[in-house]
Amino acid sequence: MTAIDMTAEARKRQRSLITPEGIDLRLEIASVGQRLGALLIDLLIIVGVIIGFTIAAFVSAGMLGFRTMEMVGVIWLLGLFLLRNGYFLGFEMTARAATPGKRIMGLRVASRDGGRLRFEAIFTRNVMRELELFLPLTLMLAAPATGGIGGWMYLLGLIWCGVFVFLPLFNADKLRAGDLVAGTWVLRTPKQKLLRDMADDGALHQPDFAFTPAQLDAYGVKELQVLEQVLRSGDRPTVRAVADRIAAKIGYERGPARDIDFLHAYYHAVRGRLESRLLMGRRRKDKFDVA
Amino acid sequence: MSDLQLKSQRFRREREADWRRLETLVTKAETRSAGALSDTEILAMPVLYRSTLSALSVARATSLDQALIGYLESLAARAYFFVYGARSTPQEQLTAFFSRDWPGGVRAMWRETLIAFAITALGAVVAWWLIGSDADWFYAFVDPQLASGRDPTAAAATLREGLYHTEGSDGLSFFATMLFTHNSQVALGAFALGFALGVPTIVLLLMNGAMLGAMLHVFFSKGVGFEFGGWLLIHGVTELFAIILAGAAGLRIGWAVAFPGDRSRLEAISETGRAAGAAMMGVVIMLMLAGLLEGFGRQLITSDVARYAIAAGTAVLWAAYFYAPRPARPAR
Repeated sequence: MTAIDMTAEARKRQRSLITPEGIDLRLEIASVGQRLGALLIDLLIIVGVIIGFTIAAFVSAGMLGFRTMEMVGVIWLLGLFLLRNGYFLGFEMTARAATPGKRIMGLRVASRDGGRLRFEAIFTRNVMRELELFLPLTLMLAAPATGGIGGWMYLLGLIWCGVFVFLPLFNADKLRAGDLVAGTWVLRTPKQKLLRDMADDGALHQPDFAFTPAQLDAYGVKELQVLEQVLRSGDRPTVRAVADRIAAKIGYERGPARDIDFLHAYYHAVRGRLESRLLMGRRRKDKFDVA
Repeated sequence: MSDLQLKSQRFRREREADWRRLETLVTKAETRSAGALSDTEILAMPVLYRSTLSALSVARATSLDQALIGYLESLAARAYFFVYGARSTPQEQLTAFFSRDWPGGVRAMWRETLIAFAITALGAVVAWWLIGSDADWFYAFVDPQLASGRDPTAAAATLREGLYHTEGSDGLSFFATMLFTHNSQVALGAFALGFALGVPTIVLLLMNGAMLGAMLHVFFSKGVGFEFGGWLLIHGVTELFAIILAGAAGLRIGWAVAFPGDRSRLEAISETGRAAGAAMMGVVIMLMLAGLLEGFGRQLITSDVARYAIAAGTAVLWAAYFYAPRPARPAR
């Protein structure tokens, strides 16, 4: 059943993007959790590079002597500035439109209007990080030493920052302030492999089994897709349980045939029947959908 | 055997090679760059993309293979972003930025620029007036570390000496870099904070103006105002203008958030954001130049007249670049 719950959840995050060719790409909005994960990965990389960079600066300053100190200092300062402001910018400008963290999480930045992602938009959405990320971080590091008025001001400041930090939680498209201003959003576009067609195995076993039309009409598309996942997982106990359930429901005597062969053949036969009705414009949603 | 095959299986077998080819091309473009593709591959991409897109709509209508539809959806989306993504070369983008986007963005917010300028001036005037009535106000506006002795108690001779202090060329590039990174961070902050209805931006501009007014008062009351003007303006024209523009961009965003007009709030914010973003990229460039002028120019040039000449020159250059009328270009 989890498979079905997941599709309901996915549908809630689905947005339609109609291409100029008139086809809906059905894009998926990235969840807040995925984006937080991506951000943490990116921050880890940035902090790691800063530490490595600083050590390298010290070592090279020590080795090359005092005279080159200034040059090393300049490079170090510029490096930090570039890292803070340019890391997100540089990676999101590539064809992949994603930082390493986003790549790992299968996310990418896209323009909300479906047009091309302009450089200004990427610049703007990342400048806004000053407000959403660096300001609260600075504020948290600069905790007040004394109570009283200072404490209250500090608390107010934190709440005020919180409004911007938690903005993505309060809108359906999970937009943060930077996305709002730049007109972008973050989508989930994982790379998917083309998996085997489960009907290929069914075609081999089909001749060994014979199903009546009534037996094939027991299920609809939803059940067929659950069956597809069961076959793909190939988990023995599940396959056995599902085979027993189906055989009992349609009243089929399996004899000595293997569970998996039976399921493959049944999947193939049901899909053939449902698809031929699909061609006639009739999509049977699930087993309760009787026409 | 073959008559046992479903139509959807045969469909997949027929078209699979095209999809695989498109997948290879997209992966190549994503992992390396668009430039890694050969001319034939670039030409093949849109054709393969359209054929995959039509396959997707056929599959949605006729196939019940969930994995196949998922694969085609993800492939079509990846190819879509490539085919309709940024197709201009970095060179074209740079040209467009310097010739159109930057000055255009600045010109579009002339009203906010005037307001930001007025706020800065107000801060300066108030600070001047307050310090005039009680010199202790100085310490409320200027960070003592930044003032480094240039406060109301300093003698005129010390102040004058500070203006022409040349420590040789050592340490200048580090100094310039530090000024640039610090000022840019402040300017970027002023812009980002504009989102909070512009209030923090106004506060930042007021504080910046107040600091300016406080310093001006100290030097003018000691009779070294003219010399201080040269010291400040040689880079200050560029730097103060950049900070005012950053504030203006922030105010514009804040205004769009609060009063979107007859557009939807979301549209208003993102439209303003893009134009203001272009202006902000320009601000960073201006601050880089200001850092160079401050770090090198001011330390190496100690003649008042030369300093004022450079200041006037930069003012004319920026004004001409941003606001001079230019021939209307045909609509894109």
